[in-house]
Amino acid sequence: MNPLDTIKGTLIAGFVLAAVLAYVAKCIAGM
Amino acid sequence: MEELLWLDRGIHIFFGVLWVGLLYYFNFVQVPAMAEAAADKDGPGPAAIAKYVAPRALLYFRHAALGTWVTGAWYMMAIYGHSAWTLGIGKESLATTYIGIGAWLGTIMLFNVWVLIWPNQKKILGIVPATDDEKAAAKRIAFLASRSNTAMSIPMLMFMMAAGHGLPFF
Repeated sequence: MNPLDTIKGTLIAGFVLAAVLAYVAKCIAGM
Repeated sequence: MEELLWLDRGIHIFFGVLWVGLLYYFNFVQVPAMAEAAADKDGPGPAAIAKYVAPRALLYFRHAALGTWVTGAWYMMAIYGHSAWTLGIGKESLATTYIGIGAWLGTIMLFNVWVLIWPNQKKILGIVPATDDEKAAAKRIAFLASRSNTAMSIPMLMFMMAAGHGLPFF
């Protein structure tokens, strides 16, 4: 099932992506 | 041109709100409403939305997306320089990394609008000719691109804000 098929799944996917990218950003900036 | 950066930033915010506002309108309001209207056999159907609302909303949507990107790219280059596009790697500047990630998310979203959503919406709305099979495929592609943009808008907005105000949960 594709999470983007529902609004709930889309928003969860967005927040998960935000958390992952926040971690990546911290690694890139060496913090 | 630096004296006009305040105006550029203001226009960027205006276009950005218009773009993402319409993106949320499509995803939270229009798509579910059209599905409900199509399923309601005693109702007026979705034709009026498709004829009068969707083309106008898409007109503002795609040009707001372009305007947001152009004004944002200009502002970012003026403030952070080229290193923002390379995510500030080697600079140890959190703000440069944050704005760079936000800018790349916005760039992917702009690509989705002009390359995946708009050409397929033209088929769906009958602006260009398409068979029923082509319309069905176009619907799925446009839908997933639009939902991807809705998901990406969350980290995109977070990183845009983070450049000036920090991340909310670190």
